Amino acid sequence: MTCIECPKGCRLAVNIENGRVAKVTGNECPKGEKYAIGEVENPTRIFTSTVLGQGLELKMIPVRTDKAIAKSKIFEAMTQIKRIKISKPLNAGDIIIRNFLGLDVNLIATRKME
Amino acid sequence: MVKRDLVIVGGGPAGMAAAVSAHENGVKDILLIERDRYLGGILNQCIHTGFGINYFKEILTGPEYADRFIKKVRDMLDIEVSFNSIVVKLASDKTVTFLKPGRLETVKAKAIIMATGCREKTREMVHIQGSRPAGIFSAGLAQKLINIEGLLPGKEVVVVGSGDIGLIMARRFVMEGARVKAIIEIQKESRGLLRNMVQCVEDFDIPVYFNHKISRIFGKSRVEKVSVIRVDDSFNEIPGSLFEIQCDTILMSVGLISENELIDMAGIRIEENKTSVPGIFVCGNSFKIYDIVDTVTKDSFLVGKLAANYITNQ
Repeated sequence: MTCIECPKGCRLAVNIENGRVAKVTGNECPKGEKYAIGEVENPTRIFTSTVLGQGLELKMIPVRTDKAIAKSKIFEAMTQIKRIKISKPLNAGDIIIRNFLGLDVNLIATRKME
Repeated sequence: MVKRDLVIVGGGPAGMAAAVSAHENGVKDILLIERDRYLGGILNQCIHTGFGINYFKEILTGPEYADRFIKKVRDMLDIEVSFNSIVVKLASDKTVTFLKPGRLETVKAKAIIMATGCREKTREMVHIQGSRPAGIFSAGLAQKLINIEGLLPGKEVVVVGSGDIGLIMARRFVMEGARVKAIIEIQKESRGLLRNMVQCVEDFDIPVYFNHKISRIFGKSRVEKVSVIRVDDSFNEIPGSLFEIQCDTILMSVGLISENELIDMAGIRIEENKTSVPGIFVCGNSFKIYDIVDTVTKDSFLVGKLAANYITNQ
C-alpha cells in the first residue's frame, strides 16, 4: 500500500496474519508503520468539508474533524454537516460540534470568518 | 508618486512569506497588493489536509496554513495590505501601477517581489475537439465554486487529467453527492501525488483510465457526453478503442502554468528567483510550479531576505 501521511508517499509492504498487521517494511519513518496498521485494522481519515454560513463574510466555512474518523463514516458525516448553519463569527480552531457523530472527535472551523 | 521600500504583488503563501521575511530582515515600509478581499490565495479553497507537514510539523488544511501567516502579517503593523487591488502594470524602473476600488495608483519601490501564482491550463491548451457547451470547468474553478461559493457545478462528472487538484476534486464531488464517472489520463501513470491516488480515488472507487484521452466533447447548451479513446505510450490513438461516457460536467486538471504576464509586458526576464532588473524578484508558483506549499514558504522566505539585503545595500 501507499502511505498517505506525507507527500512522499512511501510504498509499504505489509504482512498480514489473521487480519492483523505482523510486519511493515518500506516506510521511511515511524508514521508509515502506524498508518499501515490503521489502514488494515481500522482505516481512518481526517474528514474535511464546508458548512453553510449565514450573515457572515463568505457563504461557506471550511471545517474538519480534529482527529481522524473511520472511513466508513464519511457519508454520514456529510449528511450531518448539511444540517448546520453558522451565524456567529468564528476563528480557525473553534469547535462547531463536540463529540461529532459520537465518535469522540470534534468538528472544528479551519478559517476565521466574521 | 508614492514611494515605498518594498512592494509585493500577491498575498498568497509566497507573498505572505516574502513579506514576513523581509520585515524580519529589517524592511519596515512594505506594501502588499492583493486582488482578492482576503489574504491566503489558493490555500483558502484547498480545504483538504496535507499542508504544513514539513514547515509546521503538523497536518493542516489550506485555510489553517494560510491563517497562521495571515496572523503574522496582521501583527506586523508596518506591512500595509491593499485589498481588492489589481496590478495592471509593472515597469523596469521599479514602478507598479494598480487599480483599487475607485482609483488607479502608481507606486515607486526600491525593490519589488512578484508573487502572482499560477493559472490552470485550459481545454484549448490540450486541444480537445468538439462543441463548446457549458459545463467545462478547470478543477480549481470547481474547487472555488464548491468550497467558497457553495455551488455544485454538476452531477455527472468526467475529470480530464490526473493532477492533484483533479484528484482532490473528484473526491469532493463524490462527497457532495455527484457521480464521478471517470478520470481520464493520457499518460500511463498519475501526475498527482500517490497519496491522492489513494485517499481520493481508491477510497471512493473512482474509475481511472490511464493511457486514454478524450477525443471529443458533445453537447449543445450543456455537456452531454464525451468520447474516450485509448492511446499508446507515444499518445497515438489505438483504432477501435473508442467509447462514450454520458456526463454533464468536465473538469480539466492538466497542469499549471506560472502567471508572469506583468513581467513579460515589462520586458523583464526571470533569472532564478531574481530577474534581469536588479531589485525585482519572483517567488512561489509564479517562479515555478511547486508540489507543496511548505517549499513555497521556505523558498519565499529566502527571496524576502534577498530583497531586504538589496534594499539595505542601496
